[in-house]
Formats: sequence, C-alpha cells, structure tokens
Amino acid sequence: MIYLASGEEEMNPLLPPLDEIIIGGVAFLIVFFFLGKVLLPKIQKTLADRTDAIEGGLARASEAQAEAQAELERYRAQLIDARREAGRLTEDAREQGAAALAEMRAEGARIKDEIVASGHAQIDADRKQASAVLRQDIGKLATELAGRIVGESLEDEARQRRVVDRFLDELEAKAAAQTAEQVR
Amino acid sequence: MAADVQLASSCHLFDPGCGFPSPGLNIYEFKPIFSIGSFDFTKPMLLCLISVLIVVGFFWSAFAKPKMVPRGMQNVGELGYLFVRDQISRETIGKKGDKFVPFLVSIFFFVWIMNLMSIIPLAQFPVTSRIAYPASIVGMVWLTYMYLGIKHQGFVGYFKNMMFPPGLPKWLYFLLAPIEFLSNVIVRPFTLAVRLFANMFAGHMLIVTFSVATWYLLGPTIGALYSATSFIVVVALVAFELLIQGLQAYIITLLTASYISSSLEAEH
Repeated sequence: MIYLASGEEEMNPLLPPLDEIIIGGVAFLIVFFFLGKVLLPKIQKTLADRTDAIEGGLARASEAQAEAQAELERYRAQLIDARREAGRLTEDAREQGAAALAEMRAEGARIKDEIVASGHAQIDADRKQASAVLRQDIGKLATELAGRIVGESLEDEARQRRVVDRFLDELEAKAAAQTAEQVR
Repeated sequence: MAADVQLASSCHLFDPGCGFPSPGLNIYEFKPIFSIGSFDFTKPMLLCLISVLIVVGFFWSAFAKPKMVPRGMQNVGELGYLFVRDQISRETIGKKGDKFVPFLVSIFFFVWIMNLMSIIPLAQFPVTSRIAYPASIVGMVWLTYMYLGIKHQGFVGYFKNMMFPPGLPKWLYFLLAPIEFLSNVIVRPFTLAVRLFANMFAGHMLIVTFSVATWYLLGPTIGALYSATSFIVVVALVAFELLIQGLQAYIITLLTASYISSSLEAEH
C-alpha cells in the first residue's frame, strides 16, 4: 500500500495536490449540502416546536391553575352569599313569627275584652231584668200583704206603684246602710 | 497497515546488518487504488468519501424523521448538534450565529470523522494528515468569513476596520496595517489548516513509529520486553490521539466561529 517515493519533489507534505483539494472540497460540500439544506433544518424546526410545546404546556398549565383558582373564589363567594341569605331568611322568619305571635296575642286580648264586656252587659241586663221582675213581684206581694193587713185594696194602680216604689227605696237605702256598716 | 513495508522486512533488533527501519514521509504516500488517465484514486481519497458517508449517514439516521420526543439516534444527533450550537456558536457568535450552525456542524463532524480514521482498524490513516483536506475546508472557511466581512461592513469598511483599528497613534498604522492585513487574510487560513494537518501528521507518525518499533524490537530474549513496552506506548498513543482528534475538530470549528464573528461586526 505504501507509495514508495518515486521522486523527492513529491514528498513535500505542505504542498496540497490539486486532485485531493478538489475531492476534499467536494466531499465537504456534499456533507454541508445534506446537513445544511436537508437534515439540520428539520432538527432546528423540531427543537423549536419542542420549545414551543414545552412553553405552551407550561402556559396552559398556569392558565388552568388560574381558572381553578377563579372557580374556587367564585364558589367561596357563592357560599358566603348563600350563608348570608340563609341568615337573612332565618331572621325574617323569626321576625315574622314574633309579629304573628304579637298579633295573635293582641287578637286574643281583644276577644277576651269583648267577651268580658259582653258578659258584663249580659249580667247588667240580667240584673236589671231580675230587679224589675223582683220589684213587680215584691210590689204585688207587699200590696197584697198590706191590703190584707189594712183590709183595704189598693186598687188604684198609680197609687199602688208609688207606695211600692217608696217602700222599695226605703228597703234599698236600709240595705245600703247595712252593707256599709258590714264593710266598716 | 501503513507500515507494511517495514513489517514485511522482518528485520529485527540484534539481527546482523539490520538498522531500525524508521518510517518517513513515505507513510503518507499511497499507491493509487486505481487510475483514470493521470488521476490517481488513493486510500486517503477513499477514506474521505467514507467519512462523507458516515457523517451524512449518521445525521440522516438521526434527523431524517425527527420526533418531538427524541428516540435513539436522534438523541445522539441532538447532543452533537446542540454541542456545536451552544458550546461553540452561541459562546462565540451569540444568538445571531444560529444560521451558521449547519456550516459549523459540518466542519466539526466531517473533520472529526476524518481524524478518527487514524485509529479505525483497516483505515488507520488520518485523512487530515494530508494538507489538501484541511486546506480545502479552510478555503471554504476563508471564503465564508471574507464574504461575510465585506457583506456586513462593506468592502472598504471591512479592510479599514481590519487594518486601521481606531485610537492608535498615526505612525503606528504604517506598521500595523500590513501586519493586520497579513494576519487576517493570509496567516489565519494558513495556521488554521496547518494546525489541524500538523497535529494529525505528527500523531500518525508517532503511532507508526512505535508500531514499527514494536515489531522491530520483538525477539526471543530481552527484545520481548522492549517490544511490549513499545506496544504499551502504542496503546497509550491511540488513546491520546482519540483525545487530540476530537480536540482538533473542536478547535478548527471554534476558530471558524470566531472568524465569522469578527466578520459580522468590526472588532474594537
């Protein structure tokens, strides 16, 4: 394989032979063409895409996190609102209940008063009626009695009534005096 | 193997009339595999084309159908791509250097694989130890940064910024202008190519020398010990070369990025 020196002038290692320069240059251009025009642009694009994908993924993740955070805030706000609403409803119900109770009490008191008043009126009427009936009966009895005693019939209606009234007034006065005495 | 002739000589230490067949420049010259007219197709050319297939094949398998979630080869490819983009391009040029990353990736991996040929069995020859291959790549780098400099700073502006940096005493420009011109236009590409070439050239020379020595020193007596020592050195050198190959590919890519950066805006 060794090219035995045929002449010393070919042995200067610093003088490049033209054919080798051409072959070396063409070889380098082939490498440069395939790498520079075909293969490296592909990997450059892939690396750029990958960077994009990673950065995009990070952006999407932070976006999702922010969204979740906002959602959480919204839920919290809604919860607070709901609690406030519930409190308000409870308060309302309590107030309404108290109002209803007071109203019912007032109604009850009114009805009681009415009943009491009507009872009083009834009693008064009854007493008046009883006293009138009693007065008539007692008058009749007393007249009859006095007639029998005196033997004289007091026929005259008007006179009879006056006598009875006077008699009864005296009785009442006496009874009042008696009552006052007893109280004392 | 590159040292076929020396091995075939079956010349060993202590053999009478047998000196050490030290390898010379001839280990960088190959008989043509085939010839078309005056054009000879040689082993370094073949290895160069194989390197093209490896680099393109690797990136094809990694990036032909890229997935959002990388699997297998794509992971490895992304590691390589992002290394050049983040550790070389963005460190040196910044974000605006992203459009030069394919150029830098091509240089890094193409040079690295051609360097790696040095220790791959059967290949065992660093393609870049022939100056033509670094030179052709550096030629592209030179065209690129000259073009970018003229495009971004204008033809006059580029050379003015290069040769007449502001804020210096006037008489100094007589000295500085030619030096700067020489440094940017001629020395830069020359050193860029020679640095890579010389490192690979020297590394290959070391490995071949110690490989030949391992065979030459081999003998029934004390020679076995010498031979074993030499072999250990070969193994160590292969590991060292592995490091140097990556490092040189990194350096040429880094300097290319730095030259592109200096063309994009005037240095102050």
